[in-house]
Amino acid sequence: MTDTKTSLPRADSTDTGPARRQGTGLLRVFSMREFPVTLALIILVLFTWLSNPRFLSSQGLKDLLLNATIMMILAAGQALIISTKSVDLSAGSALGLTAFLTGTLFATFEGIPIVVVFVAGIALGAALGAFNGLLVTTAKVPALVITLGTLYVFRGLNNWWAGGTQYFAGDRPKAFGNLSVTTVLGVPIITIIALVVIVFVTMFQRYTRSGRDLYAIGSDPAAAVVYGIPVGRRVFMAFLANGALVGLAGVLYASRFNSVGATTGTGLELQVVAAAVVGGVAIVGGVGTAAGAAIGAMLLTTITGSLTTIGVDKFWQQAVVGVLILASILIDRLATLRRASQLRKATQ
Amino acid sequence: MQNATQQPLVSLRHAVKTFGPVVALADGSIELNGGEVHALAGENGAGKSTLVKILSGLYHRDAGEFEVEGRPVTFSTVADSRAAGISVIYQEPTLFPDLTVSENIFVGRQPRGRFGMIDHKMMRDQAADIFEYLGVPIDPARMADGLSIADQQIIEIAKAISLDARVLIMDEPTAALSGHEVDRLFEVARSLRDKGAALLFISHRMEEIFDLCDRVTVFRDGAFVTTRMISETTRDEIVRDMVGRDIDQLFPKLEAEVGEAVLEVHGLNRAGVFRNINFDVRAGEIVALAGLVGAGRSEVARAVMGIDPIDSGTVTLLGKQLKPGNPLASIRAGMGFVPEDRRRQGLVMDLSVLRNTSLTLRDELATFGIINAAKEARTAQEWCEKLQVKTATPHHSVSTLSGGNQQKVVLAKWLATKPRLLIVDEPTRGIDVGTKAEVHRLLSQLAVDGVAILMISSELPEVLGMADRVLVMCEGAITAELSRADATAELVVQAATDHVKAAAS
Repeated sequence: MTDTKTSLPRADSTDTGPARRQGTGLLRVFSMREFPVTLALIILVLFTWLSNPRFLSSQGLKDLLLNATIMMILAAGQALIISTKSVDLSAGSALGLTAFLTGTLFATFEGIPIVVVFVAGIALGAALGAFNGLLVTTAKVPALVITLGTLYVFRGLNNWWAGGTQYFAGDRPKAFGNLSVTTVLGVPIITIIALVVIVFVTMFQRYTRSGRDLYAIGSDPAAAVVYGIPVGRRVFMAFLANGALVGLAGVLYASRFNSVGATTGTGLELQVVAAAVVGGVAIVGGVGTAAGAAIGAMLLTTITGSLTTIGVDKFWQQAVVGVLILASILIDRLATLRRASQLRKATQ
Repeated sequence: MQNATQQPLVSLRHAVKTFGPVVALADGSIELNGGEVHALAGENGAGKSTLVKILSGLYHRDAGEFEVEGRPVTFSTVADSRAAGISVIYQEPTLFPDLTVSENIFVGRQPRGRFGMIDHKMMRDQAADIFEYLGVPIDPARMADGLSIADQQIIEIAKAISLDARVLIMDEPTAALSGHEVDRLFEVARSLRDKGAALLFISHRMEEIFDLCDRVTVFRDGAFVTTRMISETTRDEIVRDMVGRDIDQLFPKLEAEVGEAVLEVHGLNRAGVFRNINFDVRAGEIVALAGLVGAGRSEVARAVMGIDPIDSGTVTLLGKQLKPGNPLASIRAGMGFVPEDRRRQGLVMDLSVLRNTSLTLRDELATFGIINAAKEARTAQEWCEKLQVKTATPHHSVSTLSGGNQQKVVLAKWLATKPRLLIVDEPTRGIDVGTKAEVHRLLSQLAVDGVAILMISSELPEVLGMADRVLVMCEGAITAELSRADATAELVVQAATDHVKAAAS
């Protein structure tokens, strides 16, 4: 592929580069959408660590990461969807199905290679995502409604398939369970998998044309059509990719947790959306990254742990999560208003 | 600069475009040469926008020949026309507010570096180069959100340049610009012309056409009229080309007895929207508010109705001064308002014909807050019959009706309140010819019944055919008041484009 050509002679970019940029490096970091959530996470961890040093012991850190891993992958996928002005409420149900598939495969086919299970889980997730994407792009009904429907459809399938059956960690090979136990430099393997995925998705969002198209679609769907962006295809691919990530999360879920059954993953979808929103992925689309959403997931899962650590009644914990969501929306809104008023002044 | 024998860059001959029974373009012809700025002139509804949309690939022509650089083309998407070197700059461009300026220019064609990944720095630099070339200081790294319309247009032009566009179509680009911004746009336009591009410039402002353009093509009623050299024509000649026709006898204007003043408007002002508006409307009279789109006519009507706030001035209905900003009080005092956008403001599309008709009557129909369904049905039926609304049953949702019948439902809704003053904003927009005449007959009948009517219309024949008096607005000010006898198409168009007088008032 060649570069887009410009009809103008290229100026020497060395003398025009930085001078034409807005703001300094530090300022740019502060104005990043991921900045508030990252800052909140750092403050939270530091604060908890100060009041209870065991919080950051190697076991404490490992727990922290393990608790966040599944949610981080789901949030990264959700960021893809929300940035296009859609939402996927079926993520929890789809995770349940793929987790149960994982349990079933290990229990049914003894000695099945772990890689095959991963591929199968991801494929099932992708198929469920494709189903969502197909409905959303052909029915022209908001994804909120479509995925609300598939939330129940997928859960229904799970109930029908699993019935009362549950598979436990004992039914699965030790090597598979060890993915959530073994650490490299203190980081569990499944977390490393998650981090690689998140970096990959974030790079896709920032550095590929189809990734940028997702933001254009979320920013102004009508304009995207005028610009000749294949809106339907892009949105479909976003749902497919998100589905594959949910599938991966489902397989990892089976590695991390003891039992998988008919109700696995119930209610996760709202936590995932919350994580993405807290991580700077605006629900109206057009902005936010998978990395931000993953940090949001990290914050939400960590807060539960740290509130327990510093002795806050667990009944309060959900309220705190709620306040966080509202705060992040408020910060976003205030920043937008401030930027708008600055621009008005600047143009006067 | 011009060369009579050169091959035109774009040539469209006898293009036709219809939407069902409505003919949007009957005979669209235009030729654009490289190195010229070509003006396209015509009244509202003359087919200019349809022509632009055919050139840009948004519409598919039903008939006619279309050639770019001598080769016949058929565009099925915007991307096709773009690939052929045609770019359109709209009056209000659609940018992606969440993306940076440079990305808005290069969406879908971002320069890529290693591993096929987008090179954001190169993209910014290329955008900066274009801005430098255009001589405009826009930061390519900023978000598009909050850019002025002038800057948004510049970004569209930058995009066209980055696409190597040979043909640039500007659809009323100056309508929302300040004087300084217009100058900047014209400078850019001239430099592109001097580099050999063909520019099609659409504007209602004669002085701009004479300032910028080399040739002008005039459209009227969806058909090509003439193409003239600007240096060999005059403003009057172009205006004559634009309106040159007799006001046909489509308008069954009935003689009505003109009575007392029903509506009196004094010194109405709203900063940046309209200023110093004075007029009255008497019983039995139809007063037209004419002018170009964006002159502030609808805004005045909305302010009179109390929907929009005003800075100063008074609105008096039947001798009683109305409280500003209170549409409910206006309705109670005897005003009715048929808005321009009936789908969004005039009707609840998913409700039935019956419910829509009775919407303004809820208080009358209710006992202790509960609506009497039988009475509601009776009243609605009565008005639908009076206005001959064509619907299988009044229980169908209004979204199933044709545009003309929808408009009749809106009228029925307001007539049922027995208003003394009816404001109608573009009453026949998007309505087929047959139903149009019915709406006109209705309005005329209402006037005979003593209702005062304020009619906003962009269609000259409608204004001249229906109105007892014509008020012409330009840029938020009333620039002329003409009696039915005095009003001619030329005078109305002159006043509607009289920016000098508008600026002075």
